[in-house]
Amino acid sequence: MTQISPASSPPPVELVIEPPRSWRMLNVRELWAYRELLWVLTARDIKVRYKQTVLGAGWAILRPFITMVIFSVVFGQLAKMPSDGYPYPIFVYSALLPWTFFAGAIGASGGSLIGSAHLVSKVYFPRLIVPLSSVGAGLVDLLISTGILLAMMVWYGVGWTPNLLVAPLLLIAVVFTALGVGTLLSALTVAYRDFTHLTPFMVQIWMYITPVIFPVSLVPEQWRWLLYLNPMTGLVEGFRSAFLGKPFDLQGIAISFAIAIILFVIGVAYFEKVERRFADII
Amino acid sequence: MTIPVIKVEGLTKEYVLGELRQPVSTFYDLLSGWIRDPLGATSPRAIKPAPDARFLALDDVSFDVNAGEVVGIIGRNGAGKSTLLKILSRITAPSRGRATVRGRLSSLLEVGTGFHAELSGRENIFLNGAILGMSRREIARKFDEIVAFAEVEKFIDTPVKRYSSGMYVRLAFGVAAHLDSDILVIDEVLAVGDSAFQDKCMAKMGDLSHGGRTVIFVSHNHSAIARLCNRGIVLNRGHVSYDGRVGDALVNYNQASQKETSVAAATIAGPLTGVVELDAMYVNDSSQLLGNVVKPEQTIALRTGGKLHAAVSSFRVTFCIYKRGELIFTVHDLKEPRDAAAGRFEARIEIPAFLLSPGEYVLDVGAYSTETGEWMLAKNIGHFSVTNDWYENYETNHAMGVVNLNHFGSRSEWT
Repeated sequence: MTQISPASSPPPVELVIEPPRSWRMLNVRELWAYRELLWVLTARDIKVRYKQTVLGAGWAILRPFITMVIFSVVFGQLAKMPSDGYPYPIFVYSALLPWTFFAGAIGASGGSLIGSAHLVSKVYFPRLIVPLSSVGAGLVDLLISTGILLAMMVWYGVGWTPNLLVAPLLLIAVVFTALGVGTLLSALTVAYRDFTHLTPFMVQIWMYITPVIFPVSLVPEQWRWLLYLNPMTGLVEGFRSAFLGKPFDLQGIAISFAIAIILFVIGVAYFEKVERRFADII
Repeated sequence: MTIPVIKVEGLTKEYVLGELRQPVSTFYDLLSGWIRDPLGATSPRAIKPAPDARFLALDDVSFDVNAGEVVGIIGRNGAGKSTLLKILSRITAPSRGRATVRGRLSSLLEVGTGFHAELSGRENIFLNGAILGMSRREIARKFDEIVAFAEVEKFIDTPVKRYSSGMYVRLAFGVAAHLDSDILVIDEVLAVGDSAFQDKCMAKMGDLSHGGRTVIFVSHNHSAIARLCNRGIVLNRGHVSYDGRVGDALVNYNQASQKETSVAAATIAGPLTGVVELDAMYVNDSSQLLGNVVKPEQTIALRTGGKLHAAVSSFRVTFCIYKRGELIFTVHDLKEPRDAAAGRFEARIEIPAFLLSPGEYVLDVGAYSTETGEWMLAKNIGHFSVTNDWYENYETNHAMGVVNLNHFGSRSEWT
């Protein structure tokens, strides 16, 4: 366990390096001291993502847009999926917004430590920075696609309502859920490479138990609570309510929020527990 | 009394050999562990390895370093030097013991950690600086100095993937050399760039170490250690075997390593290991492992001997000569293998003078039966180096290749 404690005299700080204990608290102060590294690594991921591509950041617009078009044709037109009375494209896009971010973030952070093995084995910094920066890098794409949604709302004549003000809060909840799942997966992937195969598969299944292509109202009322045990259900539905102006299902969102917080605590706690072993087993 | 800036007390690092060989455990192991032992196996560590599968990279190492000391860590490969640096830089955690560090410690275990090929030199300076623990303001302040040191002004906005390897390394070392910390931990980073740049790095290192900074330095380059350090710690198989003035430490290390015979250092494998027991290996009558020097004009006589605990049919001994990990040639003791009775044997070969170009050579000895196909191999049983003074017909030793045929062709001319 490593702790930074100020010595009785002003700096220099004294650092004690000892064998790891089993559980420890997240060292927020140390994380804060390394905030510039978090920023630099996030900026690197963003810059590198579209280097040497013709479309550049256009991909951030194109990818969710094309997904939306395909879903609208397959599920909206062909399968006649109900969409709570809203045009299907805007119905599915408002859910794709948080979902695409979440799926991308846990995919990227899951493999992030292995991808940074050269850093982890050569230099010290709080390892949590690595999955954090992968999640952070996805935020830019999310902001770009939010812009498109706002434009689409104008196109489809869906008014902007005060509900929109809740969107940032929901976004923070999505970020925390992604952080929880992402840090857990990144730590597990270091020890068990099975997760490099398992994670993409899990993300795929997760989408079908999240109301992205279908509305929650499709599920019989007595079973809905089961759906809300998936934290993304409440958050995706919350996004829809925020953008489409329909009433919030507060009870469902509350369950999802609680689960999101539990996931975050478990993810970060497990990560901190095994962090010191990373360099030896990566 | 001064308080040491680094206090290392009983530091021990234990590796499980299985982990070293096969670092990736599978999720299946964890799941099956859960099923067998649902309460105990919640962490992979709960699966206890056998005691003989453990390896102590560091074994109860203690020492203090005072402010301003420049300490060289000396030792053979696997002596624990890198493990010690990794623990001090907090990359890996000790198994037992503790280290107390007072002041800001920066470690430099590799040049250019975290450089990204797609980013420009400018972006990489900020990236690498942040990874090494510098603040943005600090990097900005030293930016011009770093660029000037690395001599890459014209290419600073070019992606580093288009840099020559020399430019890349100069930039990387430039960032590291401008770290502003109280304690610097450095591993083998001087072996970079051309010789002019190496001199520049050495000078920079000298400045750093004479500026009152505490430096811990690991290198196989003993002249660099002798020049930069004022104290030497010799590590041998995880223990501190000597700690004192750098000159004495180097002498101690050299004596210890020359006393070690070749045979003791070899890695032996194969089904015939129990039958063929090598106990002697001589390079021109010297049995030491290191420090065998041969002049180009000398014939190199290699001689190995040992016991045969049983008769071996169609027995043959083979010498394999390597340079930089590349097999140069193999030489058999006999053209036709011959049955050998139990008892002692000695096998000899000679490498003609002027055949091997200057450099370091490593030797393996194999013994086998061509009839049964059973074999044993002693890897790294001998070392020798051929000196640089080639015979007068050659003005330069460069671009000679590995072997010199000492044979000339002919030429015709027309008008």
